Amino acid sequence: MSEHDHEHHHDHDHSELSETQVRVRALETVLTEKGYVDPAALDLLIETYEKKVGPRNGARVVAKAWADPAYRARLLKDATPAIAEIGYAGRQGEHIVALENTPKLHNMVVCTLCSCYPWPVLGLPPVWYKSAPYRSRAVADPRGVLADFGVSLPKDTEIRIWDSTAEIRYLVLPMRPADTEGWSEEKLAELVTRDSMIGTGLPRSPKDLK
Amino acid sequence: MNGAQDMGGKHGFGPVHPEPNEPVFHAEWEKRAFALTLAMGMPGGWNIDMSRFARENRPPTEYLSMSYYQIWYAALEHMIKERGLVSDDEVAAGHSLRPPKPVKRVLSPADVAKTLHRGGRPIAKRIRKPSSSPAIAFGRKTSTPLPTLACLLTCAATSAPSSA
Repeated sequence: MSEHDHEHHHDHDHSELSETQVRVRALETVLTEKGYVDPAALDLLIETYEKKVGPRNGARVVAKAWADPAYRARLLKDATPAIAEIGYAGRQGEHIVALENTPKLHNMVVCTLCSCYPWPVLGLPPVWYKSAPYRSRAVADPRGVLADFGVSLPKDTEIRIWDSTAEIRYLVLPMRPADTEGWSEEKLAELVTRDSMIGTGLPRSPKDLK
Repeated sequence: MNGAQDMGGKHGFGPVHPEPNEPVFHAEWEKRAFALTLAMGMPGGWNIDMSRFARENRPPTEYLSMSYYQIWYAALEHMIKERGLVSDDEVAAGHSLRPPKPVKRVLSPADVAKTLHRGGRPIAKRIRKPSSSPAIAFGRKTSTPLPTLACLLTCAATSAPSSA
């Protein structure tokens, strides 16, 4: 591609973006003038998913399951009420299933059709989760996808892919890292990454925290 | 419905590119499009299946070339116009040109937290428990409504064999 072509392409993208920006703003004005939306409610919705509801919620669930065998059992039996015990529930998490990773089994979650994701525990999905490369390849070449994330699993570990639906969302319960005996839930939660709860990553190890 | 959104197993989309320290939104308009879609669900009266259909029903070439929130926005506009809440000339003008249509409810700031926390009704609770006695007793006369044109078209589309 010549430099000229590149510049043209860039301008094109830029103007398209501005067009979307202008159009979204115009629609918001129309909807506000008609009284269908309250801009203060919109601000609150955005703030909720930017600041309050995110993967730190899921990390607390996982850390509790690592620290408390009775909670772990409740979570694996019926995750939705177990997660609600800690106060997380609602939109896009009405029915959550927890998937336990073991030395023999690694779970990985995708939504091949769209972007279904357990919002109350993980927040809104990242761009790659909603992207065509992840949605298309997770089910066909999971080890290749894991390699894109820098993750390599032993050959004899079974990888199970779960295709989310609008009705059922999944939370991976990763394996508790070694050398964490006696750790508090708060400290354990620091080891839990977002990707480890989707299955495209592993938890941090204690030495990563230092 | 099989369309461009049905991506499982499709080849050629290339590697996954994780973004380190990814922000929740990548532009101001994405935030507004997201929040408008959630908030308009109340006066618009649509459920998750309807909004997903509106997104996935984009023509495949459009679907594949649009960003995620561009698809959300296109579906939002479509659903609002479909219900006669806003018309093309108003979006073009950027102002309301007609009185609003009466709507049942509008999302107030005070309701945001509890509406999100309540969520929708999960399917597991919507499935009726099997009863020991049938809903319609044998021999009872019933009438079945004829399928609408829209249903016939959808049924025809979903039952058509897909070419390999």
